[in-house]
Amino acid sequence: MSTATTEQPKKTAKRQSRTKLTIRRFARNRLALVGLAVMVILFLMAYIGPLVNKYDYLYHDYMAFNAPPGGDHWWGTNQGGQDLFALTMRGLQKSLVIGLLVGVISTLVAGAVGAFAAYYGGWADRILMWIVDLLLVLPSFLLVAVMSPAFQKAGWLIFVVLLSAFSWMITGRVVRSMTLTLKDREFVKAAKYMGVSGPVIIFRHILPSMASLLIIDTVIQVGAAVIGESGLSYFGFGIQAPDVSLGTIISDNTTNAPAYPWLFYFPAGCLVLIGVAVSFIGDGLRDALDPNASGAKAKAKKIKTGETKAGATNLSNQLQGPTTSTDVLSPS
Amino acid sequence: MGRYLLRKLANNLILVLLAASLSYFVAGLSLHPQSNYEGRNPPLAKSTIAKTLDDVNMNPDTPIVTRFITWADGVAHGDLGKTIDGSPVNDEVGRRIGVSTRLLLLATLVGSVGGVALGALGAIKQYKLFDRVTTLASFFILAMPTFVLALFLKLASIQFLGAGTIHFTGETDPEFAGHWDFAALGNRAEHMLLPGLTLVLIQVGLYSRYQRSTMLDVLGSDFLRTARAKGLRRRTALVKHGLRTAILPVVPLLVYNIVLLFVGATFTEKAFGWHGMGELLVNSITRNDVNATAAVSLFTAVLVLIAGILSDLMYAALDPRVRVR
Amino acid sequence: MTDSTNPSQPSDSTRTKEGLRPVTDTRLDISQPVLEVSDLHVAFPSEAGQVRAVRGVSYAVRPGEVLGIVGESGSGKSVSSMAVLGLLPESAAVTGSVKLNGRELLGLSDNEMSKIRGKDIGMVFQDPLSALTPVYSVGTQIVEALQIHQDLTKVQARERSIELLDLVGIPDPKRRVDNFPHEFSGGMRQRAMIAMAIANDPKVIIADEPTTALDVTIQAQVLEVLKKAQDVTGAAIVMITHDLGVIAGFADRVQVMYAGKPVEAGSVDEVYYSPRMPYTIGLLGSIPRLDDTERRALTPIEGNPPSMVELPKGCPFAARCPIAIDRCREVEPTLSVKEGNTHPTACHRSHELGDTLDPAAIYPVPEVPEASDLEQRPRGERATVLELDNLTKHFPLTKGAVVKRKVGVVRAVDGISLDIREGETLGLVGESGCGKTTTLLEILDLPKGQVGTVTVFGKDTRSMNRADRKTLRRDMQIVFQDPMAALDARMPIGDILAEPLKTHGWDKERIAARVPELLELVGLNPDHADRYPQEFSGGQRQRISIARALALEPKLVVLDEPVSALDVSIQAGVLNLLDELKTRLGLSYLFVAHDLSVVRHIADRIAVMYLGRIVEVGDTQSIFDAPSHPYTQALLSAVPLPDPRRERERTRILLTGDLPSPANVPSGCRFRNRCPKYLSLDEAEQLRCRDEDPASAKLADDHSAACHFAKALEVI
Ligand SMILES: Nc1ncnc2c1ncn2[C@@H]1O[C@H](COP(=O)(O)OP(=O)(O)O)[C@@H](O)[C@H]1O
Ligand code: SF4
Ligand code: SF4
Ligand SMILES: [Mg+2]
Repeated sequence: MSTATTEQPKKTAKRQSRTKLTIRRFARNRLALVGLAVMVILFLMAYIGPLVNKYDYLYHDYMAFNAPPGGDHWWGTNQGGQDLFALTMRGLQKSLVIGLLVGVISTLVAGAVGAFAAYYGGWADRILMWIVDLLLVLPSFLLVAVMSPAFQKAGWLIFVVLLSAFSWMITGRVVRSMTLTLKDREFVKAAKYMGVSGPVIIFRHILPSMASLLIIDTVIQVGAAVIGESGLSYFGFGIQAPDVSLGTIISDNTTNAPAYPWLFYFPAGCLVLIGVAVSFIGDGLRDALDPNASGAKAKAKKIKTGETKAGATNLSNQLQGPTTSTDVLSPS
Repeated sequence: MGRYLLRKLANNLILVLLAASLSYFVAGLSLHPQSNYEGRNPPLAKSTIAKTLDDVNMNPDTPIVTRFITWADGVAHGDLGKTIDGSPVNDEVGRRIGVSTRLLLLATLVGSVGGVALGALGAIKQYKLFDRVTTLASFFILAMPTFVLALFLKLASIQFLGAGTIHFTGETDPEFAGHWDFAALGNRAEHMLLPGLTLVLIQVGLYSRYQRSTMLDVLGSDFLRTARAKGLRRRTALVKHGLRTAILPVVPLLVYNIVLLFVGATFTEKAFGWHGMGELLVNSITRNDVNATAAVSLFTAVLVLIAGILSDLMYAALDPRVRVR
Repeated sequence: MTDSTNPSQPSDSTRTKEGLRPVTDTRLDISQPVLEVSDLHVAFPSEAGQVRAVRGVSYAVRPGEVLGIVGESGSGKSVSSMAVLGLLPESAAVTGSVKLNGRELLGLSDNEMSKIRGKDIGMVFQDPLSALTPVYSVGTQIVEALQIHQDLTKVQARERSIELLDLVGIPDPKRRVDNFPHEFSGGMRQRAMIAMAIANDPKVIIADEPTTALDVTIQAQVLEVLKKAQDVTGAAIVMITHDLGVIAGFADRVQVMYAGKPVEAGSVDEVYYSPRMPYTIGLLGSIPRLDDTERRALTPIEGNPPSMVELPKGCPFAARCPIAIDRCREVEPTLSVKEGNTHPTACHRSHELGDTLDPAAIYPVPEVPEASDLEQRPRGERATVLELDNLTKHFPLTKGAVVKRKVGVVRAVDGISLDIREGETLGLVGESGCGKTTTLLEILDLPKGQVGTVTVFGKDTRSMNRADRKTLRRDMQIVFQDPMAALDARMPIGDILAEPLKTHGWDKERIAARVPELLELVGLNPDHADRYPQEFSGGQRQRISIARALALEPKLVVLDEPVSALDVSIQAGVLNLLDELKTRLGLSYLFVAHDLSVVRHIADRIAVMYLGRIVEVGDTQSIFDAPSHPYTQALLSAVPLPDPRRERERTRILLTGDLPSPANVPSGCRFRNRCPKYLSLDEAEQLRCRDEDPASAKLADDHSAACHFAKALEVI
């Protein structure tokens, strides 16, 4: 055997595993770390805070109406004497849970529907595109708002379903267009000509190839869902009393806010913190998982070095993922 | 090019009609106008309620399709039906449409131009101070729900400038209402300040993020390198070849964004007490007013149609590949 | 390339004819260099450490001279030319000196450099598709180039750009000047780029792989244009390429680069005929050549270029060098003329090469595998593996976004008949866009509806059910062009190799036994089964692709440009492997390629495709020795040989224009609008070409061509 040589694979950078490299990249992004920390603190506060606070969110303290922050009522009270900290933590729980659920559900739906529609094409595909176009004209906010009276008594889980049902389409379109390109990629064709079946190809090759997009998207969707939920609740189309969400707390106290500003600043602050933390994390994940996308891509591509031969040892090639702009805009 | 635009127009028109019809169905099925009359004291007679509802074409006992046909026929003749109080929706819309339009127009114009400029500059100065500051600012603004931003601006102006320094409730102070002279315009501008700022900030945030990322894509492109190899200075090449190309993918955002903007305007109108279309939407859903809700949906659909035409025209003007097809 | 094809000099030129072509041996030339680069270093910061992309490049070019810079990808060619133009990102650290007519360019501000870029130094880039701004017309872009540096009115500049387009051979330049880049073909865009580069009469033109993305026939045209541009401007040309053939006849001097450094420099003749540095010797030995008369195994250079981040001490080539000695691993050799040599090299043993060491013998020549019994049997006695009869694939050409209207047909594949026998390699060649890949996919898709039949192992694919198809997939496998794209980056290679086995129901133990076997078969270490594709080099990845294709012990392997993404030194190893596997395992190959030298090396029979048809088919010998279709002749003639003297003597048959669109196939003979022969025919004969679609006619036992006037011609 003369030609079959035993070349050694290049020992580039001591065989870093993908995960490690991703974590390192993520950790280098300071804002992303801040975002992660904020998120963890918010979660801890939301679930541990009520345990240490001595007031229940439903309890009306008739000794303290519109009490300023400090003392017994850490964040003060509202007009009805309810403890603002307890209320806000309760609202925070709701917002976080709804955000997470909607983020995960809608991304899963988007991934599955987008990939199948694009892989098989035909009617399913056309209908998907049609729905997405329609949603471009009719904002999901409007639809959920109009539908809300019909579901008002059914509880917040229905609300989650409704929100998810109207937030997967844009991602679905992104997944679809990525699948269309992936479908023509040679490793997918190779699998096809090996005799691997369609669904297996989708779950084994196509969806994992866009794992980074899906993860980033989940995070972005969480933020979008929190914002969307609070907006609907603000108008009374979402979470219904006696339950509270950050949106309803802000809405209930609007008239008193100029005189007792903490009624606005605490719940609104929490809301903004969630949003900011989520975008920091999303941005950090994007850089870490998909260095070819947006910012990192431009850095690596600043000078495109002539031929793209397979021998090139560009670091950015190593974690090559499908590149798309994943700036899915959040409905506000 | 004409054919291309016509085709797109037809496409959009169909979409808009579908959307408007769909939202009529959704509203008709999920809103309960009868609940406004039930449970009154003294209770109203069933037949009275039915009569009232029939008058405004909202009787749930009439099949939805029949109601739709009646409504659609009216719309086709320029009649949007009656509100739940029995007054014409046309009047209501006529009063409000200008209010929203002014707000939307301002936000779109200032927001898109400002956003594109900031985004492009941010990309060129990637990782420099300017980029970091604008990026951070846009993160914060986009993380805020519109109503939070609106309420924050309102609160901050009261707290820091004192109540009454900036007049923001409604479109004008009552004494200027309906006047368009110089003083009234000034008053209007003052009222526009905070609501306008709310929407403009968000629009600038959105457009700048988007423009920044498309611009970054272009920064590494071969044709930009060619432009510089020809002897163009960096700055000139960036604007003439880079931005000119990177702006293309942003143009369709105009359409996509208009609905988001409308939702944003709803919050803003509510927060600042403007009586616009957004407020109408919220009020009519709360009052189970099917026709008014449908009218607002129709309004957003038309907004999309107009934005669509504008963006197609702009795209065709900017991209020769569309033009020659 | 001969001077006879060049147009007469413009009369207003003050340059003398002698000034254009200096004597070849420029070390004796005393005229001043226009561009002088000395000790150029470029480093980039990167995640893994400092990338030392260029480590001491020096060269000088004089007016009218052509300097070729060759090297594998990543050797620092592009970076060094970008450094000259000052177009590197700010993060790059550049040191050394770049002098234009004695003026130092390094350290000039962007403003000052802008006055030089495009005026004194013109630049042509590799990828013509992305190098022009899509939203401006070609004319606008040339006008811009003119107006930056010259005081011209709009009208004057436009006139001038039309002249320039005419000069670079754009047909109908008055109309074309208003076209947008997307309306130009790749070759035309590259011409436009050249027009832009010469717009201001530059003193130096730097061309970075200007023809790499183009087909050979277009490459020949573009090289011709570049030559002409040089004659008109009298500029010096720095021509960067990885293809030793391209510059053999084009350059006066060559510089070979390796790991960011020149390792050998000299006149083309010196470097090609008496290379004195093992890397150059290896490169020359590893190229399959069009003029090889007998089949020989190529000598690959083992291993891969070093990483530019952690360069080992000593000679960067030491790990791959067959004659490395201890000193090589300690001290890095410098570029200098070694004792007994005529030209500079960077090698400790150059003085021995050509003296006590025979350059031709330093690389172990791999053995050509003995032809198996099967391969020795006459073709007629072997079973047919694949047979295409009038295979046709037409795509409807539609218009309209909502309602699709059919406005024409794209005749991607327009009636192809061929067969492949056991143990045989059929090479399918043709320009890009002629329908090669569609043909392959048609075969692999096992189509039902279309016109024509595909018969695999004696079974007509139209009559097959699902189970039959799956069985068939086992016997027929594919290897793709891009080894990176063909492997799922998220799977370890063990899993990649196991996938076909799993799909076809092998049990765990058999799979576990088969995977290491496969890795060994293609020359990889079985212990590496748990590594990811990214950890392997291009050549190794292509071996993995081959291993995967062989997993199920197929009989027919379809190869779609399997080596065209690889560097030559790596390509040789893969070609040898394919050759060996074929003999050992009794495989048949359908080998699609655009590179005729590669095909000559590997194929037993060759089919030449043009615009959806096969225009000539026959055994390799006949096709190369007696090409009879004018298209085959032009194709062969366009391939440059890595042999400077022969290149200079050759006359090229240049094709005019581009491949027509398959949606718009000419009447009669589909080649007639580009056919050089057509022009030499008389009226009656031309009429026949226009009216009658030539059928394939037998010329010899295994050789036929589809031309009314087929006649053998020697072109190589
Ligand atoms: N902007 C950059 N940042 C980091 N490394 C780079 C950059 N540009 C090129 N390189 C590296 O420099 C080396 C030489 O590249 P290049 O000059 O393009 O080689 P060639 O043109 O010979 O193929 C490669 O290893 C490449 O990855
Ligand atoms: S210096 Fe040594 S290792 Fe380098 S090329 Fe010469 S002989 Fe080979
Ligand atoms: S048939 Fe005529 S046009 Fe066609 S290849 Fe032969 S000579 Fe040329
Ligand atoms: Mg290069």
